[in-house]
Amino acid sequence: MRWLLLKDLRILRRSPLLVALLIAYPIVIATLIGFALSRGPDKPEVAIANLVPESATQVELGGEDIDLTAQAQPLFEAVDPVNVDSRAEAVKKVRDGEVLAALIIPEDTTRILQTGLEPASVEVIYNGEDPVKAQFVRDTIKSQVQDANNALTERLAQAAVEYLGLIGTGGQFEIFGRTFDVLGLERSQEILTRARADLPAGSPAREQLDSVIEFARLALENLDLSDEVLSSVGTPIEVSQTRLDGASTALTSFAVAIAVTVSLMFITLLLAAGTLALEREENAFLRLVRGLVSRTGLLVEKAGLAAACSGVVSLLMLAGLSLFVELDWARFPLWVLAIFLGALAFAALGLAVGALTREVRAASLLCVMLSLPLTFLALVPDAAVSPVLFDVVSAISAAFPFKPTLDALDAALNESGAIAGPLVHLAVLFLAFGAISRLSLRRFAG
Amino acid sequence: MLEARGLRKRFGDREALRGVSLSAGRGELVAVIGPNGAGKTTLLSILAGIQRPDEGEVSRPASEIGWVPQQAAVYGKLTVAENLRLFARLEKVEDVARTVDRMLELTGLRERADDQVSKLSGGNRQRVNIAVGLLGEQSVLLLDEPSAALDPRQRERVWDFVRSLADAGTTVIYSTHNIQEAERHAQRVLVIADGEAIFTGSPRELEDLVERGRGERADFEEAFVAFLRQQGH
Repeated sequence: MRWLLLKDLRILRRSPLLVALLIAYPIVIATLIGFALSRGPDKPEVAIANLVPESATQVELGGEDIDLTAQAQPLFEAVDPVNVDSRAEAVKKVRDGEVLAALIIPEDTTRILQTGLEPASVEVIYNGEDPVKAQFVRDTIKSQVQDANNALTERLAQAAVEYLGLIGTGGQFEIFGRTFDVLGLERSQEILTRARADLPAGSPAREQLDSVIEFARLALENLDLSDEVLSSVGTPIEVSQTRLDGASTALTSFAVAIAVTVSLMFITLLLAAGTLALEREENAFLRLVRGLVSRTGLLVEKAGLAAACSGVVSLLMLAGLSLFVELDWARFPLWVLAIFLGALAFAALGLAVGALTREVRAASLLCVMLSLPLTFLALVPDAAVSPVLFDVVSAISAAFPFKPTLDALDAALNESGAIAGPLVHLAVLFLAFGAISRLSLRRFAG
Repeated sequence: MLEARGLRKRFGDREALRGVSLSAGRGELVAVIGPNGAGKTTLLSILAGIQRPDEGEVSRPASEIGWVPQQAAVYGKLTVAENLRLFARLEKVEDVARTVDRMLELTGLRERADDQVSKLSGGNRQRVNIAVGLLGEQSVLLLDEPSAALDPRQRERVWDFVRSLADAGTTVIYSTHNIQEAERHAQRVLVIADGEAIFTGSPRELEDLVERGRGERADFEEAFVAFLRQQGH
């Protein structure tokens, strides 16, 4: 078997272009996938027609001046703003495809907000030609406007609390440049209590004053609760985040696991399938199994070669990535274990592909055709599809080594969960695909 | 010496071999001829141990028989010498270097020893193919259509080589659909049709048989066709 292994290595060494492609292609693909996953989408270009005059960007709420430009700042940071002077210009830019959408802030926005009697509205215009981009920009603007709404609601609630406080306890109130003294329920109650004491006993006015004093007391007590009520109006639903299970992996670290798994898959599949199919293409298979090497021995040699080559490339890739992403080298033995078992399972799958297709080109094509959907299926999040469809996707993913290898590697790299389960899963897949490839060799030479 | 008795092989409903027997002595060149699909390759595959017969037996195990498949079963990316060394090691030949050296000498490929097989002509590739079949130094050699797809000059070179092996005492059994090659090189021919052995003897004996049947002399190819017709094939 050792001579066969050396022969395969020599053949690989004499095919530098093939080896370069075999290594470069998966690494490029893996890096692209990792890059796409770890990096957020670019900011959408949005035309902003802020028609509010510069002199009217301040709103006074509860005695406090609020700068609307400052409130809108997060929105401007979430998009790539293109300032325009009119609604018509904004519409033209959207229509011409120069921007993905336009946001129109009408001239009377601050005036309407100032009254507090009706909601101010902004207008979003987008081009529906590309539904994905349109959805993205709609979500971005909606989310940012919602944030601004929350901030303003909080300010409004705060102002209302201050007004209610004035009604309860009394004090100075300033409006239109004049200052008013508000008596307040507390002082009213005190005045009424004193006035009641001056009335003769049995006076019918005493009974009437008692009911007014009682009303003032009750109102005062209940106004104390108003700030809590208004706070809950400002934020009716608060989000409290609790993680029960699943990975707590940072996106970049997870991207590393994906990148390495993709490389491992491509190199192992192509090598295992290609070297086995090559034995038939070179007509050497029958000569070999005529007593020189057993069929199982031949499969073991090909699996070992493919797993060793891809394992080394994957570990080198991890070492390279560790320069950019923090990886815990103390867990290196687990990395090796995950990569080794993943590579063996992929090798067994590659052998089955090579044994079934029996031609190098067909085997390579099938490996690529198999790899891409397997990768994407394994990355489908459960919330993205219906439960039934997700069960189907999970079942398909479980039947191939990509998902368990990704889980094992993620656990090894990021301590995101138990590693034993994925490793056992990979061992089972190795045996299953090994058995399929061994059975397929029966008709391999035909 | 190789002997096979009562070989039968079925593929589903089709009977590929129907009790074929064969014997070949030391240094004898035996050609297996017959129409396409007659069962020639199946017979050689069974003799080589690649397929098992449903019935019948072969006197020697596969390990004692050298086998040269129709298409060169060597690695194109390896050199001539590397191919020979690889298969010599897999055959567990005792003195690999000496055996490879002898094969290079025997095949006349010493000057091409360091050339990759993919860069050789079809004839030279076939010589490497035959040399690999001889590495185990078995006394019986099976050749499946050894000169197919070769030009006349390459064919001549291959046959010179095969004849030299027989002269040195190797029993050579080869299949061919080229009747002239059977007539020219074989001491004995085995005619198979529809999985059945219908004649065994020298080419001259076949010509005589046909002449007796129709009263006029014919060359070997005409005699072969006429014989098949006489036998209902």
